[in-house]
Amino acid sequence: MANVANIPVWRDIGAAPHPAASLQQAPLVIVGAGPVGLAMALDLGRRGHPVVLLAQLDFVAAGSKAICFAKRSLDIFDRLGVGDAMVEKGVVWNVGKVFWGNREEPVFQFDMLPVKNQKRPGFINIQQYHVEDRLIDALGALPNVDLRWGHRLGGVETHADGVRVTVETAEGSYRIDAEWLIACDGSRSAVRDALGLDFEGRVFEDNFLIADVKMKGDRPSERWFWFDPPFNPGQSALMHKQPDDVWRLDFQLGWNIDREAAVKPENVDPLVRAMLGDDVEYEPEWYSVYTFQCRRMARFVHGRVVFAGDSAHLVSPFGARGCNGGLADVDNLGWKLDLILKGEAGAVLLESYDTEAIAIADENILNSSRSTDFMTPKTAASSAYRDAVLELANELPFARPFVNSGRLSTAVALPASPLNTPDADDWRGAGIAPGFPALDAPLGTGWLLESLGAGFTLIADGWADGATAAAADGFALIEPGTGDDVLRARYAIEPGTACLVRPDHYVCARWRHPDADAVRAAIARAKGKEL
Amino acid sequence: MTGLITEPNIAGVDDIYERLIAMHADASTEESLKLAARLNLILINHIGDPAVVAEAITLAAQRRKGKPR
Ligand SMILES: Cc1cc2nc3c(=O)[nH]c(=O)nc-3n(C[C@H](O)[C@H](O)[C@H](O)COP(=O)(O)OP(=O)(O)OC[C@H]3O[C@@H](n4cnc5c(N)ncnc54)[C@H](O)[C@@H]3O)c2cc1C
Repeated sequence: MANVANIPVWRDIGAAPHPAASLQQAPLVIVGAGPVGLAMALDLGRRGHPVVLLAQLDFVAAGSKAICFAKRSLDIFDRLGVGDAMVEKGVVWNVGKVFWGNREEPVFQFDMLPVKNQKRPGFINIQQYHVEDRLIDALGALPNVDLRWGHRLGGVETHADGVRVTVETAEGSYRIDAEWLIACDGSRSAVRDALGLDFEGRVFEDNFLIADVKMKGDRPSERWFWFDPPFNPGQSALMHKQPDDVWRLDFQLGWNIDREAAVKPENVDPLVRAMLGDDVEYEPEWYSVYTFQCRRMARFVHGRVVFAGDSAHLVSPFGARGCNGGLADVDNLGWKLDLILKGEAGAVLLESYDTEAIAIADENILNSSRSTDFMTPKTAASSAYRDAVLELANELPFARPFVNSGRLSTAVALPASPLNTPDADDWRGAGIAPGFPALDAPLGTGWLLESLGAGFTLIADGWADGATAAAADGFALIEPGTGDDVLRARYAIEPGTACLVRPDHYVCARWRHPDADAVRAAIARAKGKEL
Repeated sequence: MTGLITEPNIAGVDDIYERLIAMHADASTEESLKLAARLNLILINHIGDPAVVAEAITLAAQRRKGKPR
């Protein structure tokens, strides 16, 4: 697989050799070495499963795609052992500002980490290739993950209990019989095509120019967004800091443009100049034009083929929900497939991946579509409302929450999940209800989320039988100490209280005064017994 | 239950109507749209109950052929 598509190279790796046997066996094949496929391989690899990961390219692609990684993704990266590596490289930020017209002061400002006292910040910015690099490094330490660079999935045949895939390399093709195939092969998914499946939903028409430029200077690491700025009248613009002195400048261009001309330096530079001012020195890093869609597949699970990331759903970049949403898929799927492969849960558990991952995708699509509608009004009335909101936001506090320049990605709640055990006790609105993501809090000298293991965890206070039940039923136990007041407050913990957390850090059951049977039943339910 | 009030609920309606029209005097259609939007937003926030607002939007949209979203 030479670089036929002329994709810019970030890091050359070189093709993996063609295997000796032309028909191979593997429990798990993952297609696509983007952030989602790599994270998926890392999750299942760390759980001890042999994984074959197919990457059609034999290099890490450069070019700018995702930069904003949400706290939830950082928590997932922590669980996968790469959180520190990401945060050390990334630019930490929490504050976003929205500007309008030529007003100097923002009309609106928000904080992405309103609840303080958590290990990770609201967001980091880090180029997608840096994320991929760190995931690849972590995979290198796992002998059970076979990452095959330059091996392209060509075809898929599905059976009741497995999948036969055809893989193409520069030295010819071979086949693999797999029990499970996870498609992480991006928006133009070859797996989706091979199964004759498609996306549904809305397509938006607008063009946005990305200009990643290198410049020095001490602008704050905040998200700056403009409606109708003097340097791009009638359109929007965004400015955001990345590692290595790279800045993402994003200009809305409108439609009916010449996309090829739009990325020519002689056309981009005047825009960049107008935004940054005449005295700023910069070097172009990457110019491209993108349009986007907000769509998803009707189902993500098709027998033994499971879709995750962009292959399953697409959103507009406003809100940074694409890659963050894909990582949420990984988080949801990893422990379920692990239990299935170990024979601790039936394949039916994947039905809950279908419903939960679709619920997450739908919330992302909803938010993304609304941001897009706000930013690119389609009717005279929607323009009038948009301008009225901005005008009022500048004058009156009530209008500020109406401003939508991209509601940024946060963990999605799953209150309707069939894996939850509904509350039997009265919590009077306090604590974290089943289906909601676990909230971090200080725990001893560390943090709650980093103390949760790879399996189920019970946060229990003063439950005498806790240790016995944990040993018998194979869950971990966390008992808050005397100083852990923030944790107690966040989980509404009183003496006797227990709260059950899933392997992907969602609360799935809680009790004022549990007994071992109730905990056992809740774990069985979360493993899909009632599906 | 306090739903949307559709019985007469405010005094001096002629006066209010006159002010509404006067607000739009000499405005272009575009300006008028924005004025109306401003007023709507201010009132919606004052009402403060999303269910009542949704009811009002549905009622207003009944004049249109398609269903409101
Ligand atoms: C301009 C822009 C800005 C963005 N900003 C953000 C952001 O700030 N935050 C965010 O969360 N998201 C953002 N996104 C979205 C994000 O880039 C995607 O959601 C993300 O790349 C999806 O990851 P993925 O692994 O599912 O797919 P991809 O990254 O597309 O990876 C798919 C991989 O599969 C490989 N592949 C494809 N076909 C085959 C085959 N037949 N055989 C083997 N391998 C194959 C490809 O080579 C590729 O490596 C942005 C997107 C764009 C375009």
